[in-house]
Amino acid sequence: MLKIENLHAKVEGNNILKGLNIEVKAGEVHAIMGPNGAGKSTFASVVTGNENYEVTEGTISLEGEDLSDLSPDERAHKGVFLSFQYPIEIPGVTVTNFIKTAINAKRKAQGLEDMPAAEMLKKIREKAALLEIDKTFLSRSLNEGFSGGEKKRNEIFQMAMLEPKLAILDETDSGLDIDALRIVANGVNKLKSKDNAVVVITHYQRLLDYIIPDFVHVLADGKIVKSGGKELALELEAKGYDWLK
Amino acid sequence: MSLQNKLTEAFKVNTKNVTVENYKKEAFEAFSQKGFPTTKDEEWKYTSLRSILKNEYGIESAKATSVTAETIAPYLVDGVDSYKLIFVDGVFNTSLSDTVEEISVKLLSEAIEDASYEDIFKNKYNSLAKGQTSLTDLNTAFTNEGVIIEVAKSKVVSKPVELVYLASGETSAMLLQPRNLIIVGENAQVKFIERHQSITDVATFNNVVTEVFVGQNAIFDLYKIQNDKNNASLVDATFVAQERDTVASVYTFSFGGNITRNNLSFYQNGPGCDSILNGVTILEGDQLVDNHTLVAHKSPDCQSNETYKGIYGGKSTGVFNGKVIVDQAAQRINAYQQNDSVLISDTATINSKPQLEIFADDVKCSHGCTIGQLDKSALFYMQQRGIPKVEAEALLMFAFCSDAIKEVKIPGLKRKINQLMADKLGVNIRFDEI
Repeated sequence: MLKIENLHAKVEGNNILKGLNIEVKAGEVHAIMGPNGAGKSTFASVVTGNENYEVTEGTISLEGEDLSDLSPDERAHKGVFLSFQYPIEIPGVTVTNFIKTAINAKRKAQGLEDMPAAEMLKKIREKAALLEIDKTFLSRSLNEGFSGGEKKRNEIFQMAMLEPKLAILDETDSGLDIDALRIVANGVNKLKSKDNAVVVITHYQRLLDYIIPDFVHVLADGKIVKSGGKELALELEAKGYDWLK
Repeated sequence: MSLQNKLTEAFKVNTKNVTVENYKKEAFEAFSQKGFPTTKDEEWKYTSLRSILKNEYGIESAKATSVTAETIAPYLVDGVDSYKLIFVDGVFNTSLSDTVEEISVKLLSEAIEDASYEDIFKNKYNSLAKGQTSLTDLNTAFTNEGVIIEVAKSKVVSKPVELVYLASGETSAMLLQPRNLIIVGENAQVKFIERHQSITDVATFNNVVTEVFVGQNAIFDLYKIQNDKNNASLVDATFVAQERDTVASVYTFSFGGNITRNNLSFYQNGPGCDSILNGVTILEGDQLVDNHTLVAHKSPDCQSNETYKGIYGGKSTGVFNGKVIVDQAAQRINAYQQNDSVLISDTATINSKPQLEIFADDVKCSHGCTIGQLDKSALFYMQQRGIPKVEAEALLMFAFCSDAIKEVKIPGLKRKINQLMADKLGVNIRFDEI
């Protein structure tokens, strides 16, 4: 599904990623852990095509297709989704209308007509229920005045609506209390299938109790320094990251 | 010959109405002394009329050319059932206009000859505009057409009134100076849509004056659509005098034209008034829009709400000057003003100036002014969800303006504004579904 080879990237002149390799196959869940400043969010930004980040070396491909020259929206159309660590507030655009616009933009790119209103509504209801999202929430301006937990839940709601092939969850657990964490994790688990893949970026092991990874990678100083199974997360939780340096 | 000299030569009064004759003479005298404003005037610091004054204008009112319903259709708000009052080159066009029975509509040219209007000419006409600026004086001196509209006490007018002034002249540049007087009776309710539109290739200059009197407990709405050609300029002066417990709203949507100057003044003459001034400006190229507003809080327990949003691209220029005067008598008023601008090119300019003069002590006055660019992280967020950049930008700009549009009370008009905005932003998004 996702194959990254020897990825180097910089932002504002600083080299952040320094030869990152990772391969994520369909049906797998990978966790990327690591200390602050290791390059976790840069990884997410680079894969999704954020123009503030410059890839200086290496390749990123999705299902064998090179993503390098694609804009963020084109990558999204190919099935890349990022749950933002800090979702952006967009006053004046409601949650419902935003997701409608996003879905229809993707359909347009695929040469399809807009999704029929009834079908859209049904899908919105279904996915909102999955994430225990209240109806009134959907008619509020996107992320405006949302609590941290609401923002994260809204991200996963959008993920559910867009049904990506590759979902990157960037610190989706931060700011979530344990109940909200369960709801969000449950949503992610329900969306998991043999055809898609999830990359979970997190500091803490707790989320991984709910979204069980097949692989855990440690990212430090712009490289994967250690990979292992889910038990590695527990080890990291207990020992911290210093022993890996 | 300069335009001022040309006007001086052309000035003559041929009316038997002594009241109007006096207004005209007085106004002409005042205009002659003041002349056209220049950028040396503080009030015109950022807006130079020089480029539009150098045109060779035909001063005599033109003979109306034949204009068909098809020609004017694009300039009407489709999907809104309205009373249409259409003027072409300063002449009322009976065949394109609707007969209005709910309210009294009288052409200015006819009212002047009608003794029953003497009271209105003496007490209302020119009472707000008189001596305000040299351009309002110019209008008073030269205007020869427009409407006097009266809405009877407690009348709730069922449809909006759509006032459309077209310029169609073919030979020389056109100077048009329509004049409107709207008198809303006690407890009445009425909505207006106003547009000045060139349908010719010659340069046009509209110098418009509208005076509005809103009677006790009445509700008045005026929506101005300004989306004229690149060689069409407009100086608009609109005065709204509110009696007690009235709600008056004026929306100014400026999407086009060469130079557009709006002088919008509200006078709260009784307690319990609510004044709403909203504006959306979206410009490109060399366009300039200058919004000068005044809210005169003269009475206690009133409110004013002012929200102006602007998006400036190309080499366009925006000016916002929002003056709020709170008299000593105007205790417990709440005056809110916000002017937000987004510059989407490096060469666009906005000059924003709040001007508050407060002489009362128990009041809430707030003003805010922001100037920024589109939020890059918001753009990335939207793109990440699959929305292409151009549409993401448009959506952000639309969202940015939404505060100033959301309370438009005519659904069809709101659709039209949304459509105009989508056109202007170069996208095919139906914003009304956003």
